[in-house]
Amino acid sequence: MSDTSTTSVTPGSVNVSLSDVTKSFDGVVAVDQLNLTINDGEFFSLLGPSGCGKTTTLRMIGGFEEPTSGRIVLGGRDVTYTAPYHRDVNTVFQSYALFPHLDVYENVAFGLRRKKVAKDEVKKRVGAMLEIVDLPGYEKRRVNQLSGGQQQRIALARALVNEPALLLLDEPMSALDAKLRHQMQIELKSIQSRVGITFLYVTHDQEEAMTMSDRLVVMRQGKIEGIGSPQDVYDNPSTEFVATFLGASNLLAGTIASRGQEITAVALENGTTLQVPTARVATSTVGSVVKVGVRPEKIRIHVSGSTTTTGNTLRGRVRVSTFTGVGNQYIVEMASGEDITVYAQNIGEELAPRSGEEVELSWPIEHTFAVRPAENVISSDELAS
Amino acid sequence: MEQPLPAHHPGGVGSPRRHRGRGKGLAPYLLSLPAGLWLLVLFVVPLFIMLSITLKTCSPASGACVMTWQWGELPHVVNQYRGQFVTSLVFAFFATLIDLVISFPIAYWIAFYGGRRKNFFLIMLLVPFFVSFIIRTLVWEFILSNNGVVLSFLRGNHLVPSSFHVLGTGLAVVAGLAYNYLPFTALPLYVALERIDRRVLNAANDLYATRRVTFMRVILPLAIPGIFAAFLLTFIPAFGDYVNQEILGGTSNTMIGTVIQNLFLIDSDYAGGASLSAVLLVISLLGIWLYARLLGSRTIEEYL
Repeated sequence: MSDTSTTSVTPGSVNVSLSDVTKSFDGVVAVDQLNLTINDGEFFSLLGPSGCGKTTTLRMIGGFEEPTSGRIVLGGRDVTYTAPYHRDVNTVFQSYALFPHLDVYENVAFGLRRKKVAKDEVKKRVGAMLEIVDLPGYEKRRVNQLSGGQQQRIALARALVNEPALLLLDEPMSALDAKLRHQMQIELKSIQSRVGITFLYVTHDQEEAMTMSDRLVVMRQGKIEGIGSPQDVYDNPSTEFVATFLGASNLLAGTIASRGQEITAVALENGTTLQVPTARVATSTVGSVVKVGVRPEKIRIHVSGSTTTTGNTLRGRVRVSTFTGVGNQYIVEMASGEDITVYAQNIGEELAPRSGEEVELSWPIEHTFAVRPAENVISSDELAS
Repeated sequence: MEQPLPAHHPGGVGSPRRHRGRGKGLAPYLLSLPAGLWLLVLFVVPLFIMLSITLKTCSPASGACVMTWQWGELPHVVNQYRGQFVTSLVFAFFATLIDLVISFPIAYWIAFYGGRRKNFFLIMLLVPFFVSFIIRTLVWEFILSNNGVVLSFLRGNHLVPSSFHVLGTGLAVVAGLAYNYLPFTALPLYVALERIDRRVLNAANDLYATRRVTFMRVILPLAIPGIFAAFLLTFIPAFGDYVNQEILGGTSNTMIGTVIQNLFLIDSDYAGGASLSAVLLVISLLGIWLYARLLGSRTIEEYL
């Protein structure tokens, strides 16, 4: 594949679609009636804690697992029960899974040789691919002589060189250190836009998913909890799980007091009423229990009485104040005993409140959301990434 | 566990503590002493005694040997027993080949489809071999004998002519060797196949390799060190074996092991027996050397 080549991708056309896909292992449901559509040329991520079914979903699309029920359609063709070697899909495996008995060249050429591509063509494409992953001249190296980052690039090259309709990536960066991972994220995104191939990326790392994806889904317990562009999903979380898994959220329990066209009022347990845009309330019935959320960086904090506040307002006392360089993190305890976390950027504007001081918290109504409380308690294991 | 103190450690100035550090340095050597002594006394010393006998001249009557530095015995016996060498090579080769053909599917099946019962299947494979080598071979004599179950059945159903017999032929010896050395083939093959990363096989499938191509292009190449190890581990002992030939073979297909045994125990030709043993040793070492050259010495540690 050369830099000038353009792939015949119709943006927006459906690349792969899953309908009602369920997978259970010995009666345990790993993926539960999943419906998902990925468009051509998208960088799409499946994000979720370990055990949420994201890898199983990827393995079913790759052909390594058969769904218990449901259908997988790839490029208009039903591939639900098609063997992996008959699918126009390639995978970058978590452990890279390079062939230890072959050198770099033969590893990258493996797929092309199976497709009986002419020798000269193989040579040209492998060479061009090694350029793209920034490892030219590595043809004769043995794969076990390469560093983790290099092996990862070879695994990527080995899959991409076949120009598949869809590239699956199964936590490909989990073995890399943080710095290298960050660098590879940027590189991977740029390679994807250059080659124009649809990427389906599986990760438990929310930052990674947000950095690279055009769209993403957040999965939990085999189901989709949220879907959309990273900004959509972050700013307008659809469930309590999404709100806590993707970034941090302050969530306060309350009941819907009244519902208007534009604004819904939620009464907190301590008597305060918060206003939420009706479009951002997951359930509309008056009297139903919800959790009202606001992101820590959306909140303004100031010493009580120092300014007039607009929007939603809460009062409390600073329990912990931590200086992080780029800003301050406050944990503010309200009269109800609930804690609210606030990130204030270090722009040198205001005098930072100190521990023990009475403060007022305020934020614009449009940054407030309300979600239904999760049916199953969210464990700390699920949030650790 | 406490680490040995570095020499410049401030607390290590006092001699008692330093002493302890030195004792710990010696620990690996002390631990290897029993095994080292065992190897020295029961392996290295006898080996040199045997090699030295090749240079001695022994009296067939008394068995007494005198060092004469004559190495003429070596080419002499090799020449004299060339036929038996060839017979041994051919028998051992075919026995090993049969073992590889039988073991590979077994090892493959256990490694890839054994699931949680892998160890159970391996033990089932090994259980017959807990019975003494000689007894197992004697039972084969019984099974293959002219009036034994197999031949009686075949003759009774006119599947073979009445003059057909197995015992006393090369076929019986090869069969006995193949049977007795099967675990030496099956286990290294199992180890080689078991350690193949399943994700690599997924990767091959992902890159358009069908099951057959995956086997030919990935599984087989990755199993090569194990196949070679299995070959050596079976071929070398089968080559020097004399029990199978003694019990199952006839007089026309003597193997080199039988010759050595006869030279030592019947003819009292110690120099001749030692010389043949030395040749056997060199052939075995050649095999291992070849292995190291082709596949690297690290894989030897892993399999042999």
